[in-house]
Amino acid sequence: MRVMVLVKATKDSEAGVMPSTELLTAMGKFNEELVKAGVMLAGEGLKASSNGARVRFEGAKRSVIDGPFAETKELVAGFWIWQVKSLAEAIEWLKRCPNPHPGVCEVEIRPVFEASDFGAELTPELRAQEDRMRKETEQRAR
Amino acid sequence: MPPTDLHSTIDAVWRIESAKLIAGLTRLVRDVGLAEEFAQDALVAALEQWPATGVPDHPGAWLMATARRRAIDTLRRGPRVEAQHDELAAQLAARAERDVDAELDDDFGDDLLRLIFLTCHPVLPSEARVALTLRLLGGLSSTEIARAFLVPEPTIQQRIVRAKRTLAEHQAPFEVPRGPELAPRLASVLEVLYLVFNEGYSATAGDDWMRPSLCDEALRLARILSALTPLEPEVHALTALLELQASRTPARTDATGTPILLLDQDRSRWDRVLITRGLAALARAEELGGTRAPYALQAAIAACHARAPTAAATDWPRIAALYTTLAELTPSPVIELNRAVAIGMAHGPAAALPLVDALASNPTLANYPWLPSVRGDLLRKLGRPTEARAEFERAATLNQNARERELLLRRAAECTP
Repeated sequence: MRVMVLVKATKDSEAGVMPSTELLTAMGKFNEELVKAGVMLAGEGLKASSNGARVRFEGAKRSVIDGPFAETKELVAGFWIWQVKSLAEAIEWLKRCPNPHPGVCEVEIRPVFEASDFGAELTPELRAQEDRMRKETEQRAR
Repeated sequence: MPPTDLHSTIDAVWRIESAKLIAGLTRLVRDVGLAEEFAQDALVAALEQWPATGVPDHPGAWLMATARRRAIDTLRRGPRVEAQHDELAAQLAARAERDVDAELDDDFGDDLLRLIFLTCHPVLPSEARVALTLRLLGGLSSTEIARAFLVPEPTIQQRIVRAKRTLAEHQAPFEVPRGPELAPRLASVLEVLYLVFNEGYSATAGDDWMRPSLCDEALRLARILSALTPLEPEVHALTALLELQASRTPARTDATGTPILLLDQDRSRWDRVLITRGLAALARAEELGGTRAPYALQAAIAACHARAPTAAATDWPRIAALYTTLAELTPSPVIELNRAVAIGMAHGPAAALPLVDALASNPTLANYPWLPSVRGDLLRKLGRPTEARAEFERAATLNQNARERELLLRRAAECTP
């Protein structure tokens, strides 16, 4: 299974305080371990929300909201995509991660949906849509 | 079962630590069979003690310390292994000096890598290499391996026992091969990963079209190997090939499990993360000068498909050229057949049919289901449906995979004059 691991923001990360050399080194070592275990598929750190924007959807209306955003603890400061066998494995790996921020912070693990999860959800309509696309492709190939 | 359940935690710790544990112990006791026994002893101890004590802060270190203790106790105590123990002690003493030098100028200072080379040792038949690698590096149980390969569990157990005995008899060294020895040994490792992946990707028998856990495992081991041997182009190339093949998994079957052929697949369902990784791994292999090599060429072919936004946009002339080079490097009628398909797509079915007809007399392909299938496809496009139908039916008779057989019969039925 694939999981997304979400590192939440802190006051410091939102203020654009860069991680210490010590933390960067520890994190680098942890990332290397993940790569050597064939676990890490991707991962990035995100700039503070003051660099970002949101698009708000309200019916047909779209409005743009510039960062920064208030609810610091709910913001994401970085993420990984891991390939693991179980949620328990992801938890075990995460426990080995150096504390990504000085002080208290939470890191969240969220399993990614897989095709098999959609078994019953793949409605006849969606299936028909797929069949239609397949037929079109076949016709183009002919 | 909740993920925080102790058994799931121990399972997870085992998956993370077992290969490193067995590798470290093999270096210590110089026998992979004994090493696995001691690692298993440590696992049993964890299962007994952790429910009371909780999971230790450093479970890997705990397991290693426990296994080491068991190893020393057993070797000291057992009259059964007295002779072996003396020998081992002597070896350990002799090793101490040698290792300082060896480890300094070793190409790779990694027990895990040594273990991979050991379980994929060419002295073992390929089935044994596969089983031993999945067991010791993948951390899979005999039950899991048996289920994946659709063979009885005792068969797998026997293969593993025999493999360990063969390694001991041949005194296969626990080291990373160097110099002229490296290339053939590495080829043997790559072959094992390729076999495991393919077994999962397209089952040769039975009702399951895919056994995804084998693909996951092969891909994981390939990624590990890439990290451990970063300068080996063919390792990156194999990883690229597996990433790119695996990227199509979500599109390879419909909701009922029926296979969908490559050109009919909904490309929006291809896994972009794996495609990105595959293309990056291929670029790495090419940077390292590994363009003209079997896995690099296959990965380059897979990359042509991955890069094409639609089936119609596929760069068939390039694929045909890559197959031509591949056929020069590793001549095989199967590659020739694939080359013929690419030529058919690039230059039309009339250009490909004579190439396929020339292969029909090849005894290697006498019972190969994809030959009549390809021929059927060309005949259909050439407006010869009756002959096409006969070829698809013949292909279905030859195919052992129930799902693929259904697909071929459906294609036969679609051929109406």
